[in-house]
Amino acid sequence: MRIAIASGKGGTGKTLISTNLFYVLKETGNDVTLADCDAEEPNSAAFFNCIKLSAKEVVQKTPVIDQNLCTYCGKCEEYCSYNAIFLVKERKLIKVMEDLCHGCGACSYACTYGAITEKENSLGEVIRFNHPSDLDTGRDSLIVEGRMRIGAYTPVPIIKAAVREAGTGVRESGTGNKGVINEAFVILDSPPGTSCPFIHTVSSADFVLLVTEPTPFGVSDLKISVSILRKLNKPFAVIVNRAGLGSRDVYDYLSKENIRLAMEIPFDREIAGIYSEGGIVAAKKDDLRKKFEKLAYSITEQKFNN
Amino acid sequence: MEIAVISGKGGTGKSSITAAFATLGKKVLLADCDVDAANMHLIMNPSVEESTVYVSGEKAVINPLLCAVCGLCYDYCRFDAISFSDGKYHIDDVACDGCRLCTRICPEGAISMVKNDKSRMYSGSFRNGKMVFGLLEPGEENSGKLVAMIREKCRKVSEKNNLDTTIIDAPPGIGCAVISSITGTDRVFIVTEPSLSGFSDLKRVLQLIESFGIKRSVIINKYDLCLPVSKEIENFCLKEGIEISCKLPFEPEVVNAMINCQSITEWRPECEVSKILKEIWNKLQQENLIDCKD
Repeated sequence: MRIAIASGKGGTGKTLISTNLFYVLKETGNDVTLADCDAEEPNSAAFFNCIKLSAKEVVQKTPVIDQNLCTYCGKCEEYCSYNAIFLVKERKLIKVMEDLCHGCGACSYACTYGAITEKENSLGEVIRFNHPSDLDTGRDSLIVEGRMRIGAYTPVPIIKAAVREAGTGVRESGTGNKGVINEAFVILDSPPGTSCPFIHTVSSADFVLLVTEPTPFGVSDLKISVSILRKLNKPFAVIVNRAGLGSRDVYDYLSKENIRLAMEIPFDREIAGIYSEGGIVAAKKDDLRKKFEKLAYSITEQKFNN
Repeated sequence: MEIAVISGKGGTGKSSITAAFATLGKKVLLADCDVDAANMHLIMNPSVEESTVYVSGEKAVINPLLCAVCGLCYDYCRFDAISFSDGKYHIDDVACDGCRLCTRICPEGAISMVKNDKSRMYSGSFRNGKMVFGLLEPGEENSGKLVAMIREKCRKVSEKNNLDTTIIDAPPGIGCAVISSITGTDRVFIVTEPSLSGFSDLKRVLQLIESFGIKRSVIINKYDLCLPVSKEIENFCLKEGIEISCKLPFEPEVVNAMINCQSITEWRPECEVSKILKEIWNKLQQENLIDCKD
């Protein structure tokens, strides 16, 4: 089962939920993978003492133009939908603007003179980590992280690669336990926002947990996220983080829209402190552990899927 | 002077701080560039004077009546947007990047492009000046281009109305929308919070800004929620020669200000956070005067 943890607004507590849910699912004996899809700013792996297993480069093809073969006909420029080819015919000047290129291959197809070949540019990487405790227990839980190269134009190809990687279910070296895993849980820690990166993360999920906070910004962004998930026909429930701050508007909205409230986490300086230092609150606070265990139970027993 | 307020990590307090700056100025231009999750209009309640359609891109659509099921489009698509089921080819409009290659390749002319034209850019007035903001249709892409359009509009509005300060609320992250938000600005404030994630995101965003050579300073928001990490961030900035503009304590009234559609400096002008932000704003104004004389 694949569960995406998402929110329109940033900083509502997606990573807090993802890391703690991962921890509790693992502690209760489940096979679970945590995939950090916030490729612009990945953080989940930092919460665990991970061992890096492997890193796969995510590349995009960009054109290389051979000036000796190019006739400056302009067909590649015409075919490019991203303004990534800069051409001044009169001056026989042609240049590829690599930062604008999306790697679609239209220019290569357009060129009938064989002047365009392609090279690979790195957009970032997908890193696999293993939890150190797995070496003793034989149970393997993975953390997969998408990490965009600074300056790259989009995190989407890295997110797609991370989502794919998390879905393979085939474990690599380190545990000696290769093979397809059944009944595994995958937690997808989504990037903030409601545009493409968010959609690419949630679209592969069976279920989405939307994290919000009881503030006007939180509620406004929650409404946008809900409208998209309804369009995508994804089952979802809402977690209210920092409950006690702000107003009751979010609860009024949830009951009016008949949306399930999966969990509330109170605003508490102690929780903020533990999280801030990279700690797992469910490991340090009993009341929070119980809340997360209840959430994990609802997920494993598929209580949300109705 | 164009000032951008950014933060790698979301939810560190960019919009609250931007709102404070925007309401401290007397005649400012406020730009909400977080087009994915625009919120500033909720506090500022601007009167919209102009609305512009933003075409975020195009998506390919197959006409099944013309399709000969040859599969060329499937072979050429590099975005895994075309799939085959029930004897037909389908285009997944989430995956489609709008490159048009399939429309050019299709021997039957069965594929055409449809414009995504539901996103908007708005400009108007709020209580302390002018405001420009964008609302990206949920699920659409190319937020960077919409931000560029907002920035362009800002230049026109500020010239026309003789506004000398533009304040930009940027989106989280380090992607192209952030790059578009800071390109060409005079000054960047990076809002961070004392957490492991806040710190790690700060480092990535600093790396991004480095290549732009813009004057930058760090605001540590809610610094008292985790003093050890706050100290770590301070030490890091000191070592790297990055100015720390201020440290703001956690202030629950910030949320109440938002609920009442005000900035913290309007809602509780005497609280510690408001006082510090006012000081920074005044300092900025002085710097601006000196820069103008130069």
